[in-house]
Amino acid sequence: MTVINSFTWMIGGPQGSGINSVAENFARACMRGGLHTFANIEYHSNIKGEHSYYRLRIDAREPRSHVDWVDLLVALDKETMFGDLNKHAPTHRGHRHEVSPGGGIIYDSSLKLVPDSFGRDDIKLYPVPYLDLLIDALKEYGHEREISKYQVMVNTIALGASLGLVDYDFELAASAIREGFTGRKAALGDLNVTAARRGYDYARKMFGADTFPVKLRPQPSKERRMMVRGVQAVAIAKLKAGCGFQTYYPITPATDESEYLESHQKDYNMIVVQTEDEIAAINMATGAAHAGLRSSTSTSGPGFSLMAEGLGWSGITEAPGPVIILYQRAGPATGLPTRTEQADLRFVLHAAHGEFPRMVIAPGDSVETYYDTFDAFNYADRYQVPVIVMVDKFIASTYRDVPIFNGDGMKVDRGNVLKDEDLAKMQEYKRYQFSELGISARSRPGQKGGIFWTTGDEHDEYGHITEAADVRVKMMTKRMRKIQLADEVIPDSKKATLHGPRKAPITLIGWGSTKGAILDAMEDLKADGLEANFLQIRYVSPFPTRFVEQVLSSAGRKVMVENNYSAQMAGLIREKTGIAVDGKVVKFDGRPFSQNEVYESVKDTLKNGTREVSVSHA
Amino acid sequence: MLEMRTYKTQVHNDWCPGCGDFGIVNAIQMTLLEMQLEPHRVAVFSGIGCSGKTPHFINAYGFHTLHGRVLPIATGARLANPSLTVVAVGGDGDGLGIGAGHFVHTGRRNVDFTYVLYNNGVYGLTKGQASPTLPKGIKTKSMPLPAIVEGVNPITMAVASGYTFVARSYALDVRHLKQILRAGIEHRGSAFVDVLQTCPTYNDINTKEWYSGDDLPVKQARLYKLEETGYNGIVSDPSNGAEVNEKKGNALLKSFEWGDKIPVGVFFKMEVPTFEDQLAQRMPILKEKPFVEQDIYNRDVTPLLEELA
Repeated sequence: MTVINSFTWMIGGPQGSGINSVAENFARACMRGGLHTFANIEYHSNIKGEHSYYRLRIDAREPRSHVDWVDLLVALDKETMFGDLNKHAPTHRGHRHEVSPGGGIIYDSSLKLVPDSFGRDDIKLYPVPYLDLLIDALKEYGHEREISKYQVMVNTIALGASLGLVDYDFELAASAIREGFTGRKAALGDLNVTAARRGYDYARKMFGADTFPVKLRPQPSKERRMMVRGVQAVAIAKLKAGCGFQTYYPITPATDESEYLESHQKDYNMIVVQTEDEIAAINMATGAAHAGLRSSTSTSGPGFSLMAEGLGWSGITEAPGPVIILYQRAGPATGLPTRTEQADLRFVLHAAHGEFPRMVIAPGDSVETYYDTFDAFNYADRYQVPVIVMVDKFIASTYRDVPIFNGDGMKVDRGNVLKDEDLAKMQEYKRYQFSELGISARSRPGQKGGIFWTTGDEHDEYGHITEAADVRVKMMTKRMRKIQLADEVIPDSKKATLHGPRKAPITLIGWGSTKGAILDAMEDLKADGLEANFLQIRYVSPFPTRFVEQVLSSAGRKVMVENNYSAQMAGLIREKTGIAVDGKVVKFDGRPFSQNEVYESVKDTLKNGTREVSVSHA
Repeated sequence: MLEMRTYKTQVHNDWCPGCGDFGIVNAIQMTLLEMQLEPHRVAVFSGIGCSGKTPHFINAYGFHTLHGRVLPIATGARLANPSLTVVAVGGDGDGLGIGAGHFVHTGRRNVDFTYVLYNNGVYGLTKGQASPTLPKGIKTKSMPLPAIVEGVNPITMAVASGYTFVARSYALDVRHLKQILRAGIEHRGSAFVDVLQTCPTYNDINTKEWYSGDDLPVKQARLYKLEETGYNGIVSDPSNGAEVNEKKGNALLKSFEWGDKIPVGVFFKMEVPTFEDQLAQRMPILKEKPFVEQDIYNRDVTPLLEELA
């Protein structure tokens, strides 16, 4: 039986073997044909040599998560299939076990593998002479003597073979490949297309056009779409929001965003500063914010730990920002530096000593990340607070097709700022003037009549140090009032979403990047006759207490799904609403939830009444 | 009309009587007046400690920041608005202890501002512990035991870190300090001014009398002015590597003089493109007017989205 347009593909190889470029070419080729792709990469903290893999889920409908099986595995090396069990400290047993029955593996025929060695008689093997085909392709361009220079292109041979097996429109793939090579590199584009063609023709000739059970067919597209990674969504939102200042210290997986911004510095005029550490990063950004420029910094857990002190200063001085993008990764300390986790929730809420208002938003995918990042700058200006947007390595690196971001209704709001003429009319200006709503008007350093002082000490309305108890109480109350105001002004519909039916016997609860896997798993549960809805919490501070209380107090079985050890959000919900969840599904192996993991583990909690299921499919 | 009181605030000053900080604040205010800088065009940044209170006494935009973090915060504000005259101040513990990393990297950047180090060898506000500049073996009065480690040399560090103006003055010689501060503020690039300062409460070694050389066999002030010895630390041609190295080398050698003879004045000066100049090279709109005054709130991101489509 042939399956059309429902396909999972994985390419694996040592780091440095170029799996990214071919995987992304494949994804773009699918988008050109109106198909939808959800793709994500797993890699080691290593430059060259360690095993990495990139998986694509391609479908007629938009996939929002990945699954743990592979219809077609492309191995650039033996380890991709058999793991590293020969090593002193093995880390994985290879992906041949993940190939779905009836699926297949493309691998290098020069490895001369015996079919029995795969231990699978339910899959097809497609040995391809990578190097011979590449040399053939190089001959066409007279480069056959430079094989070492072009050897990495065996990845494109393998991509071509994949396209041949799924019978996809080669021209769509060819144009996607060429897009990556413009200007002086155009000739390289032709060479790559030729290499892909060799692989394509070889697979069809040797294995036949009908050998593989899945076919990909272009379909009409309803709208214009684009392929975007989370880091790009953040960066473009920052430019759109009028952010003028970005600081960073190199750290996985946040740095890609800053590099993207710096590479567009000339066209968009944005100062990007690589600082000496994250302490400088946050403080420099706060200095720029106080000076009147929208500013931001991006980091992951280890960097955010260093930023705690600066966060407090931004809070007590009521700086309009910065916006901090936190790409969570598995901790503590260096943890699993290239792997994902959602374990910084409690830390972000409480980082830095003392109490001060902060806003924390946790978008669930790259589209929400775009809009939430934009909003974050408005909040920073309006409420004069630091705003933290929590994403993670999974969202950062997930590569998927989405509708082209729509700018409608995105308006910059700089909050309560004073113009020169406002200041001219004032008898006296007080930067921290007490006000009913907690917000005082801001001047900008350099403005006449706007002189203010600011300090991390408790201060009076002018910003001068005070230790007076009554001023302390008033000033503290004023600052904390702002988060209450944000809670009142921002509608619940932004802070949380109830997906699916209003009432259901099962309510799944999640936040951040688990969104996609939960949404997709809900459909599996439904197919089993288990109807569920999904409460997605998007704002952590201000927390949508009333809404969550309302949903959960009348919910059936409540199952929390979190990418951490201790189900931190479940604890926060209990703190805010007094409501305890009935079951928890947690995963803390540094890998994101797949659709099937959520489906299976939720079923497990329902069937066995288990209070907690810990998942690891690595 | 600008006058001395234009630069003063009504804030109660709680520094100890006789504190060297008074001299420094006065000198900063006199310099601003002499340069006819309007208060709202000036931003003063400080770290934590006694010196941290400085901005509260000066009528200008004032930022009292975190311990050791004055330089990154001042850098951010200055890059956002290069039309501001930025003066950063901080103690020796602030700048060379907890903030030592920022001290080094600020020198590398060469942002156009002046950093004034209040250098008295002790952590005053926490009651007299040894600061990073206190020499090994010295025990000031509230220390239980003498300093067990070597002190760092601010001038040496500043030259090595890349500050393009490196000078030293003395808090109790307000005239000289004012000259040096003015030269620092007028310098295009990161100017570092090491201000030797007495702490009458906790540093009973490096006192006013010690600086005056009262204890020497023949009483003679320990401080001498570099410019009076024919020393010239100014690089005339920054593209001449040999001259730059020679001037830096001379400054380093001079920086090690300490004890009976202590040099003050300009150790090193070189004008090269500032961080702001280099940013403006990459982004020409920065030459037009301060970044904070530009409209960057209507950027069209369509081309970036199209690139992904």
